[in-house]
Amino acid sequence: MNKLILGRYFPGDSWLHRLDPRAKLLAGVYFIFVLFLANNWETYLVLGLFTFAVMRLSDVKFGIYLRGVRPLIWLILFTVFLQILFTAGGEIYLDWGPITISEFGLINGVYIFCRFVMIIFISTVITLTTKPIDLTDAINILLRPLQKLRIPVDELSLMLSISLRFIPNLLDETQKVMDAQRARGTEFGEGSLFRQMKTLVPIFLPLFVSSLNRAEDMANAMEVRGYQSGEKRSIFRQLYWRRRDTLSLFIMILLTTLLIWLRTEGGIGH
Amino acid sequence: MKPIVKVKNLTFKYDKRIEEETLSDLSFTVNQGEWLAVIGHNGSGKSTLAKLLVGLLEPEEGSICIAGLNVNDTMNRNGRSHIGLVFQNPENQFIGTTVEDDVAFGLENINMPYEEMVKRIGKALKLVDMYEFRSHDPSRLSGGQKQRVAIAGMLALKPSLIILDEALVMLDPKSRRELLSTLQHLIKTENITVISITHDMNEAASADRIMILEKGRIVKSGSPSLIFEEQLDLQPPFAERLKRELITRGGEFPENYMTEEEMVRRLCNYCLIV
Ligand SMILES: Nc1ncnc2c1ncn2[C@@H]1O[C@H](COP(=O)(O)OP(=O)(O)OP(=O)(O)O)[C@@H](O)[C@H]1O
Ligand SMILES: [Mg+2]
Repeated sequence: MNKLILGRYFPGDSWLHRLDPRAKLLAGVYFIFVLFLANNWETYLVLGLFTFAVMRLSDVKFGIYLRGVRPLIWLILFTVFLQILFTAGGEIYLDWGPITISEFGLINGVYIFCRFVMIIFISTVITLTTKPIDLTDAINILLRPLQKLRIPVDELSLMLSISLRFIPNLLDETQKVMDAQRARGTEFGEGSLFRQMKTLVPIFLPLFVSSLNRAEDMANAMEVRGYQSGEKRSIFRQLYWRRRDTLSLFIMILLTTLLIWLRTEGGIGH
Repeated sequence: MKPIVKVKNLTFKYDKRIEEETLSDLSFTVNQGEWLAVIGHNGSGKSTLAKLLVGLLEPEEGSICIAGLNVNDTMNRNGRSHIGLVFQNPENQFIGTTVEDDVAFGLENINMPYEEMVKRIGKALKLVDMYEFRSHDPSRLSGGQKQRVAIAGMLALKPSLIILDEALVMLDPKSRRELLSTLQHLIKTENITVISITHDMNEAASADRIMILEKGRIVKSGSPSLIFEEQLDLQPPFAERLKRELITRGGEFPENYMTEEEMVRRLCNYCLIV
């Protein structure tokens, strides 16, 4: 569990930490779309430098970002290989029927790889520098318009925030149940796959039951304190949009302009 | 004195197929501004009674009227916002991601404007002495601290009836005494009614009235001194026992309950006079 970097928060006080979560979220999603503008080495270089600069701004060590990529590396390499093997064009280095390794294939593979890594880096930057609850609030506010389509945005984000609040409890409880089972002689992570699966049953059943009980207690506590879904609620956790938030979006626009200018059609490449 | 809580022939059971009733034929009233302590063994139905009083459970028979409204008719927010209930387990009633957020939860529900919320939260957290912890998350709080936050969350809503279901059990003796006297002061000045479920005889002894539940029935109800006199299996608090002992030896003491400190002060004066 401790190895998972994506989705974790690192407390700090960097420029990025202080940015409004809405600005970060908007810029992050926008960045993913902007990535598709890149189609030559100049544009990728610009994007790479941008990503690197953002990572430096977060005050988090570079190694931590690399650890964020690690769990996904096989998925990335698999996609890259498919891209290399099935893209044709340019000079051909190897030819086995439908499978060819071509110049364009290789270049595309490298580009895809860069794109993946940059997406992971940028989303890691966002989650490392934003409290999960702030992110939930930002999602809530940004998705508000969907309420017109009768999507219960407020309820969903309350659900999300309560789940976030109970993750540590659930981990604690898992540890407790595992210890209790160990004290009764269960050995985890040994034997055949089937046996290992079987040792999980006595963990999940008590967890499931206690979660249900907890959910009932919570629902009671919420009801007693006047919660009713669908009613208008005020918001205590206020978000403040400051100058630097506008500035960050402005930077994104600049980046877009630069990329459009550097792109192959009509850019320097021609 | 006008009664604010009126319970009449209240009967309840969790499982309709079973004969045995969790609560059977309870009738009692609580006056405005009164502090009623409910005591009884584990499983005697105290928490069940608390849940019935706020309408989380529906009575099988009988009626519950609070401030003139039938609890089960007015299942809406307006009927409830003036009743505050703090549960036994502080972990499962912590909704927010931080202390402040949790106190805010009830206020958000009544759509209170932000500035007002900030004021109320600050005040409530100071009352329970948790103001310095306002930005802490629940995983960094002890059980007693979580109980205080739960009490703050309830007080912030300014209820006129407070139900405490063993809400102070995790507090150390000193903070329990302090919080109790804070609550008692608040209750006097704002004319709040309290129903306090407790195993703490000191707390029960300082109530206006004690009600004893046993297997879902009221077996006794009356002033603390009366209850401690008649109910021989109940061990009254030390100060009370001492007082009685002294009275039998010819000492002069007031009828009502005296805390340990009052007793000490009184005894010191006594010695001086003698
Ligand atoms: N959700 C439930 N479903 C079924 N039975 C229940 C439920 N909650 C409580 N009971 C039963 O109802 C009876 C009264 O329980 P209750 O929780 O009211 O006791 P209590 O007086 O609060 O005890 P304690 O002092 O331990 O808090 C018990 O016998 C208990 O087993
Ligand atoms: Mg109970």
